[in-house]
Amino acid sequence: MNSRYEVVIGLEVHVQLTTKTKIFCGCSTEFGQTPNSQTCPVCLGLPGALPVLNQQVVDDAIKAGLATNCQIAPHSIFARKNYFYPDLPKGYQISQFELPICEHGWMDIETEELGKKRIGITRIHMEEDAGKLLHNEGSSSFVDLNRACTPLLEVVSEPDMRSSDEAIAYLKQLHQIVVYLGICDGNLEEGSFRCDANVSIRPWGQKELGTRSELKNLNSFRFIKQAIEYEVERQIDVIDAGEEVVQETRLFDPDAGVSRSMRGKEEAHDYRYFPDPDLLPLQVSDEWVEKVRSCLPELPGVKLQRYQDEMGLPAYDAGVISSERPLAEYFEALVGRYDKPKICSNWVMGEVLGALKEHNLTIDQCPVTPELLAGILQRIDDATISGKIAKTVFEEVWNSGKTADEVIAEKGLKQVTDTGAIESIVNEVIAANPSQVAEYLGGKEKMLGFFVGQVMKASKGKANPGMVNQLLKKKLV
Amino acid sequence: MKFQNLTIQEMRQKLKSGDLTSVELTRACLARIKATDSQLNAFITVCEEEALAAAAIADQQLAAGNAELLTGIPVAVKDIFNTLDVRTTCGSKILDNYVSPYDATAIVKLRQQGAVIVGKLNMDEFAMGSSSENSAAGAVRNPWDQERVPGGSSGGSAAAVAAGQVVATLGTDTGGSVRQPASHCGVVGLKPTYGRVSRYGVIAFASSLDQVGPVAGNVEDCALMLGAVAGYDPADSTSVDCPVPDYLENLQEGVAGKKIGLPKEYFIDGLDADIKQAVDAAIATYRQLGAEIVEVTLPHTDYSVACYYLIAMAEASSNLARYDGVRFGVRKDNGEGLIGMYQQTRSAGFGDEVKRRIMLGTYALSSGYYDAYYLKAQKVRTLIRQDFQNVFEQVDFLLTPVAPTPAFKIGEKVDDPLQMYLSDIFTIPTNLAGTCGLSLPCGFSQEGLPIGLQLIGKPFAEAEILQAAYAFEQATDWANKVPTL
Amino acid sequence: MKISQNDVEHVARLARLSLEPDELQTMTRQMDVMLGYVEKLNELDTTGIEPMAHAVPMSNAFRKDESQPVIGIERALQNAPASGENCFKVPKVIE
Repeated sequence: MNSRYEVVIGLEVHVQLTTKTKIFCGCSTEFGQTPNSQTCPVCLGLPGALPVLNQQVVDDAIKAGLATNCQIAPHSIFARKNYFYPDLPKGYQISQFELPICEHGWMDIETEELGKKRIGITRIHMEEDAGKLLHNEGSSSFVDLNRACTPLLEVVSEPDMRSSDEAIAYLKQLHQIVVYLGICDGNLEEGSFRCDANVSIRPWGQKELGTRSELKNLNSFRFIKQAIEYEVERQIDVIDAGEEVVQETRLFDPDAGVSRSMRGKEEAHDYRYFPDPDLLPLQVSDEWVEKVRSCLPELPGVKLQRYQDEMGLPAYDAGVISSERPLAEYFEALVGRYDKPKICSNWVMGEVLGALKEHNLTIDQCPVTPELLAGILQRIDDATISGKIAKTVFEEVWNSGKTADEVIAEKGLKQVTDTGAIESIVNEVIAANPSQVAEYLGGKEKMLGFFVGQVMKASKGKANPGMVNQLLKKKLV
Repeated sequence: MKFQNLTIQEMRQKLKSGDLTSVELTRACLARIKATDSQLNAFITVCEEEALAAAAIADQQLAAGNAELLTGIPVAVKDIFNTLDVRTTCGSKILDNYVSPYDATAIVKLRQQGAVIVGKLNMDEFAMGSSSENSAAGAVRNPWDQERVPGGSSGGSAAAVAAGQVVATLGTDTGGSVRQPASHCGVVGLKPTYGRVSRYGVIAFASSLDQVGPVAGNVEDCALMLGAVAGYDPADSTSVDCPVPDYLENLQEGVAGKKIGLPKEYFIDGLDADIKQAVDAAIATYRQLGAEIVEVTLPHTDYSVACYYLIAMAEASSNLARYDGVRFGVRKDNGEGLIGMYQQTRSAGFGDEVKRRIMLGTYALSSGYYDAYYLKAQKVRTLIRQDFQNVFEQVDFLLTPVAPTPAFKIGEKVDDPLQMYLSDIFTIPTNLAGTCGLSLPCGFSQEGLPIGLQLIGKPFAEAEILQAAYAFEQATDWANKVPTL
Repeated sequence: MKISQNDVEHVARLARLSLEPDELQTMTRQMDVMLGYVEKLNELDTTGIEPMAHAVPMSNAFRKDESQPVIGIERALQNAPASGENCFKVPKVIE
């Protein structure tokens, strides 16, 4: 935190929706296809083509609005934002300007430094994406319009953030929410979640906002943090040098770690917004909103609280498990079959996440389903296997896809609980280690662990550890 | 074969009975175009090969007894309609080489009804004009007097029907662009209610005003053409999902007992004396046919030209932004970078009238002026629509002149845009209100130029004004007059 | 004068039109006449009047989130003034 200046940050996030088709035409939104293979007269902006709104986009916008405590406008309209650029086929972008679909929302974020804080959300509106402009050597640029007309939500925050940490906390939470809602794949590298940051500084205590610069091209949380911090330093230097900060757009270069002005390369903008005569006004009834609300998934913040309050999980476990919706769903499916949440979270965070990481898989691809894992845990409870053997069973289930019972039977991993069998191993171990017996009897009680280990080893881990302990204590007198 | 005095209905009968094949009819039509179009310049593109191929297929369908509404009938469309694999220029240099990869919905419908499309008709560039002089393909001439304009912007669509080049055509009407040329050429032209016909694939001029409309030699054919293209289209958000009546079914209904309104603002002092006389005679005819005539008022009429041009130009400035030389059209690039390419392409590709409207529209939407111009015009538009809502509570439809004067001379108004705009005063309010109107012949000036009568109906009451027009046509002889070429 | 030559030049830049000096003069004059004419709208008091953006008062036209056929790369590019690598080619854009 700077001692002289207060940092003020507002964020504009473009969330690319996961609809099957584009916002105003029926072309696929799939990423990474051959350039211009996913186009039609509408998204090519051919003469005479007309847009028709994809209803799913409205549903998704309402979801995002409800999840961020926005008011859903009963009446909203689409507008044209007019400017020329080769990746913008019609010479205007269809967006919302006056009367967006969501307004006046908020999200509570948490940072280590400051704890909880409420960040205002000014508005969320629907719009179409532009195409892609590819540059190579030579005197030409290349235009691919596959992405043109892909649906976006633009989420605009109030200038409520006061540090790069707060900005990142806000972004991570928004990211988590839209991914949870299933309306965005959250892929920052592919541009599914893009952020522009408006950054200004002002002397502490000043009410008016300082002149802001708009940072663009921020495609990872790390770069966003870097770019904001660089910008704050830059503005302080400008002011300290007795100059004034200029309102401008700056492009962050992650390789160099600096941003440069786009001033001079663009004319003063006059977007000439006006209501798009090709698209009708949008009326969203209360019934529509309620229908969407009833289909909303439980959001991460609510889950986090519930896991602690109702399941008794420690905050750390609850945080890890609720961080991603598929993981939380896995966990909840497991608890549904094996009602000991803490044991479940131990296994999910330990064995499951460990194995997934090792095999480079996602939770959706986990070969040990909640059913299979519950099967393993139940065999620990009924003393069929030990906790240690259970890990071997887990591995076998992972590799074979068989149930715990099948694995235990096939591999003969059932715990030995026959007193006679264990007793004979105990006798052998005692007979084979006279000097250690002498040490133990001489008062070195820690040696008991050595004997337990030897017995377990000789039984290939199958002896019931409790019984081994008991028998050893009885014999070693 | 001389086909140009046949109506669509007569053609249908001859095709059905086997007296005539579609290939014969199409050949005759192509020959007539070849023989007369050097005088008129009504066509930009003639699709001989495609037309003959379509005619051959139509003959097979006719032989199999599968005739639709227009099977085998040669028609032509304004060059504003996208037509698959056919050059579509919209009268502009900037689209000189544009071959559309898709069909407009209205074209799809014409094809589904079996129509044979013989070509693309000349027009004012991007439908901006009232004279069909603003075309990259050159001015269209009026078949009644080749020194004069045919009206516009659908001048080719009206001239081609008047000259018997084709029996019917499609045009578009944003501020009178079907009705005014129909009036100047002595044919029947209809502007349907906004939303009645799909705009998908129709190159946009002013999206909230544009509407597709048929032109034909008589009311019945006009009704038939409307029936062929009308209807809801999911690809056009502004098309209206309400049933399309059979426009031919009750055409003979008559006007007895109907209440016809004469808006007093349309019968002003400056009205040409011949036009006044012709329209007065038409009023007398309607009285004889049993209609009641009452004077009504549309008090905001005088503001409609200003209101219309602000809205139309603002929308046009945005609609025409896509002509940037990137994805289609004629690019001009002298190596001064991207912005240079844009400016050269657009400056070389657009004509003066189009540039003027883009400029005014851009200005009207620009920062600081939006409220004073565009928003103000939208509010006045509400008042104009209210005028119509009010009179339609009193009368069934309105009767007015179509234009203040008959067809003017080529070149007469090109240097005075405002005078040109003011000649649309009687047709523009219908577009602003979004309702329907038609133009039908009601007489001739002393110079022998056709005069049109306008009937303006309630929203989606096309059937009603077609019935009224039909009654008039039956009672008079104007529709049977044709120019000599 | 409702509009100056400077204004007209600015509007031309916004509209990506370049006007020759004589065109600029004519354009300024003609725009001035039109802007003078449309002033007449100010005779009307439109306080409280809703602006009309659409000819027919309707709302909510949607399509389902279902695929429709694409036109294919070849058709997409068939009218391109310049193309290459399946893309539309334009003079280099400097960012």
